[in-house]
Amino acid sequence: MINAIVEPLDAPPRKKRRSSSQGRLEPYGFIAPTVALLFVLMVVPIVLVVGYSFMDNVIMKRNPEFVGLDNFVEILTDGVFLTAIGNTLFFTIVSVVAHLVIGLAFAMLLNSTVISRATRGIFRVIYILPWLFTAAVIAVLWRMLLNPNGVVNYLLQSDVEWLSSPDLALGAVTFINIWAGYPFFMISLLAGLQGIPGDLYEAATVDGASPWQRFVSVTLPQLKPIIISMSLLDLIWTSQQFALIWMTTGGGPINVTEMLSTYTYKLAFSRYEFSLASTSAVLILLLSMVLAFFYVRHQRARD
Amino acid sequence: MTTMLHQTVEPETAPRNDFGGTERKRAKARRRLLVKIGVLAALITGAFFAGAPVLWMLASSFKSNTEIFASPPVLVTENFSFDAYVTILTDPEKVRFFINSYVISLAVTALTLVVAILAAYAFSRFEFRFKRPLNILIVSVQAVPPITLLIPYFGLMVTLGLYNTYPGLILTYMVFTLPYAIIMMTGYFNTLPRELDEAVRVDGAGSMTALWRILVPISVPGIVSVGVYTFMIAWNEYLFALTLTKTQDMRTVPIGIQLLMGQHSYEWNEMMAMSILGSIPVLVLFLFFQRYFIGGLTSGSVKS
Repeated sequence: MINAIVEPLDAPPRKKRRSSSQGRLEPYGFIAPTVALLFVLMVVPIVLVVGYSFMDNVIMKRNPEFVGLDNFVEILTDGVFLTAIGNTLFFTIVSVVAHLVIGLAFAMLLNSTVISRATRGIFRVIYILPWLFTAAVIAVLWRMLLNPNGVVNYLLQSDVEWLSSPDLALGAVTFINIWAGYPFFMISLLAGLQGIPGDLYEAATVDGASPWQRFVSVTLPQLKPIIISMSLLDLIWTSQQFALIWMTTGGGPINVTEMLSTYTYKLAFSRYEFSLASTSAVLILLLSMVLAFFYVRHQRARD
Repeated sequence: MTTMLHQTVEPETAPRNDFGGTERKRAKARRRLLVKIGVLAALITGAFFAGAPVLWMLASSFKSNTEIFASPPVLVTENFSFDAYVTILTDPEKVRFFINSYVISLAVTALTLVVAILAAYAFSRFEFRFKRPLNILIVSVQAVPPITLLIPYFGLMVTLGLYNTYPGLILTYMVFTLPYAIIMMTGYFNTLPRELDEAVRVDGAGSMTALWRILVPISVPGIVSVGVYTFMIAWNEYLFALTLTKTQDMRTVPIGIQLLMGQHSYEWNEMMAMSILGSIPVLVLFLFFQRYFIGGLTSGSVKS
């Protein structure tokens, strides 16, 4: 969760103090555990996985050979991988847009002053609920709700196999993810709304702006930085979503809900194609890094 | 519907005695009431969308398995019972999932806080070489997709002898919780005046004393918010728990729920009961520390 950027403080002029070497070495002691952990469990694994992507089948073979870009060519011409890219794009973009729209609508409602503070507090808790459940719980819950004999079909008077029909499964998992993920947007946008100075609205009202005009010309511009940050964060997270898909459809039926994450997992742990899986994992890493780059640049611009 | 969503919180001004004032006031009051009804209706609709599935989960955990898909569906059935809960809580195998989750999540929370507080202290109060690159590293590791790390981890954990152990999962989760914790704690320390700990250090006490005796006690709100967040991450994690553990006795709650699903028959009421039980710690933490938590969560994304 990249929620802030720690910018080093400008160092105050150094006071002449005990200029012992201990004083200068001290900070390294404080950061040592962090550096050790991140080195062993972050830097090393990334180097390894990048290495794997240039080898022929690693882990399964004793002496893997360097094969250059063969794995990249193979994965990028793999039909299922391309399907997974398309599904991930659909799933991610639809989810993020819906998270934003629902999150903003709920934040506006919760920020309304016509309702008493206590009532708003109760609704706020209800609205945050979906976000507090882990993916495994959300998956079994929606499998029950979307069961052919389940309550959703009863309410819609339909008789549909939501999660196992090739036409509906991708829409269904996307809907579940929308339900599970909007609260994070909502919380941030609510905080943003509460930070908008009231006199901006007063000025707009004096100028004769309608509520809609006030929303478009005051609220949205004021929230824009938060909306951009949150959207980029959400794009990063949603494109990496694994557990929810894995436990609702497992990528099926016939790959219609296969995501980059689930396909990578299958390549590694059910087909034991560790080199191809690593190649796919490296491509996912690149995608995330590009998004993260934009996020960091946007945050810097805001400061 | 969006009318008056943006009213600033101000008491209604006293009515002025101008001609036609009462008429205008009445119209205004009527409009205000309509807006209020509209907003309430929208709030209730939203609450149904957000809360109904959760309510259904709770209701289903008290049903018998045959009643789960009754048509027409009923919220509270005649055979209301705690049987599903009893079944789960008296099964040592399932209780073990909960114990594992608690051990791992509490250990991750404690260790993350200690390591993050140390690092945050260095970032906030010291100048040192590599500060900036390290900073960039800490920020950027947060964007590394879990699935990218998963493949090398598998081999790494076997090599380190940590596959299918508590320490293996604890260290793994720390990689994901530390960056956020360090960033938040550094931000928190930066809001505290340097004089607080400088004064103690000048008096000859060590940095450790200054940190743990002075800074940490006044940072409790920040520590709580980071701690709750860390616990949630660890408690809810699925992908690594699935891949880095093997035996039934090392599985955590999310995997336990999945194992229930994979059994010979679908015991929906038990799955729902286990889901409720598995969500209670996070729900309780959230309700208790809501204010800290939301404050901590949004302080980074919302710059005042």
